[in-house]
Amino acid sequence: MNCERAPRILYCHCQYAQVVSAEVKQAVLRELAATGVAFDAVADLCELSARRDPALAALAAGGGVKIAACFPRAVKWLFHAGQADLPMEETEVFNMRTQTAAEIIAGLARPEVRPNLPRGKVTAADAPPVAAAAQN
Amino acid sequence: MALHETNSLRVVLYEGAGATDFGADARWAMLTTLLEQGFAVTRTVAGGRVAPQVRGQLLVLGQFADGAAPEVEGDGTTQVRVRDVTGCDATAVAALATAERQAAGLDGGGAWKPWFPVIDYDRCTNCMQCLSFCLFGVYGVDANHKIQAQNEDQCKTNCPACSRVCPEAAIMFPKYKAGPINGDEVQAADLGKEKMKVDISALLGGDVYSALRARSTQAKERFSRERDEKKALNERQKCLTKLAQGGDIPIEVLMSLPAPEEILRRAEVAKAKAAAALAAQPTP
Ligand code: SF4
Ligand code: SF4
Repeated sequence: MNCERAPRILYCHCQYAQVVSAEVKQAVLRELAATGVAFDAVADLCELSARRDPALAALAAGGGVKIAACFPRAVKWLFHAGQADLPMEETEVFNMRTQTAAEIIAGLARPEVRPNLPRGKVTAADAPPVAAAAQN
Repeated sequence: MALHETNSLRVVLYEGAGATDFGADARWAMLTTLLEQGFAVTRTVAGGRVAPQVRGQLLVLGQFADGAAPEVEGDGTTQVRVRDVTGCDATAVAALATAERQAAGLDGGGAWKPWFPVIDYDRCTNCMQCLSFCLFGVYGVDANHKIQAQNEDQCKTNCPACSRVCPEAAIMFPKYKAGPINGDEVQAADLGKEKMKVDISALLGGDVYSALRARSTQAKERFSRERDEKKALNERQKCLTKLAQGGDIPIEVLMSLPAPEEILRRAEVAKAKAAAALAAQPTP
């Protein structure tokens, strides 16, 4: 693995709300603390975004990054609101609201980044026929 | 201090040359305690990559040989302090970091639940409905007349009302319970759901502001007739309870709304701001 290109890791503790499972947060942070990886951890990305904290620019800079937080769409636009756009092709977000700790830990340990920030807007044409029918 | 002027303190857990390893359990306990107290924490390891320091303050903590923290110089934009924490448990480490943060005049966070609208610009059409709707001046426009959240800390905690008036489902509250308001993907099916767009004005059978205005007029008449303050207040509470029951807008939020006259005044201001922003937009 080329250390120059190894992705950075950012962990969000979602401190000021109880929307992320405490068990998942604890397991992910414990694993990060136990393994020999370098990483950044923040108390609450939402708060950094609202403050437009310059730390966000640092977290978004420097190439590939894997982020353990919540929904990729929320993370993408929280960084944007904090005036620090994430690199679209080099950011992978793990969702501690919906994924298991095991999935997230495995994803963080993987050397490559699988970019997953959403782009574009869903249109009516994207509606699966079944779902569309279920509306009526 | 204004929200946008506050910076956080970054704590670095240093375990490199000249310092001993904290050990997994102690490291985890320190990380958890520091994060719970609002710090940003970086763990460095030889050859590992972390975010660069842009500017601001760094507090480096380590278990240094002989208990002596090395002298380190900042670079003009970054101030660095190094402290030895040999023999300290997580609580003592957090207390030391808190004292350093206070000494540096930096904000500790946590005074405000970071609840505010986050706009998905892949979806937003800059229609200004949110600006026109919000009574608390959270929204504004940037130099290019583009909508943005400007006064995040004026947003009413746990109230997602504006996300429900956005015709494009472009407004997220990442700490909200359910999707797509929490940032989950917006499905075409969501857009079709009228439920997604709870028009809170409809809850009163018409425009919420005119409804409140009507209540106010009735209340005033009764007020002048009966001079019964309590009754007028009850009336307002009834109206607000109805709003709360119809959606998921917390009753505390509704109860904290200003008097109907003030609501009306603010609504006019917000509408005028939105109209000016729309008028300033370049024609497609
Ligand atoms: S980014 Fe997501 S996980 Fe982090 S503080 Fe905000 S809501 Fe919580
Ligand atoms: S209501 Fe929605 S689409 Fe319209 S300006 Fe606000 S965020 Fe954008």
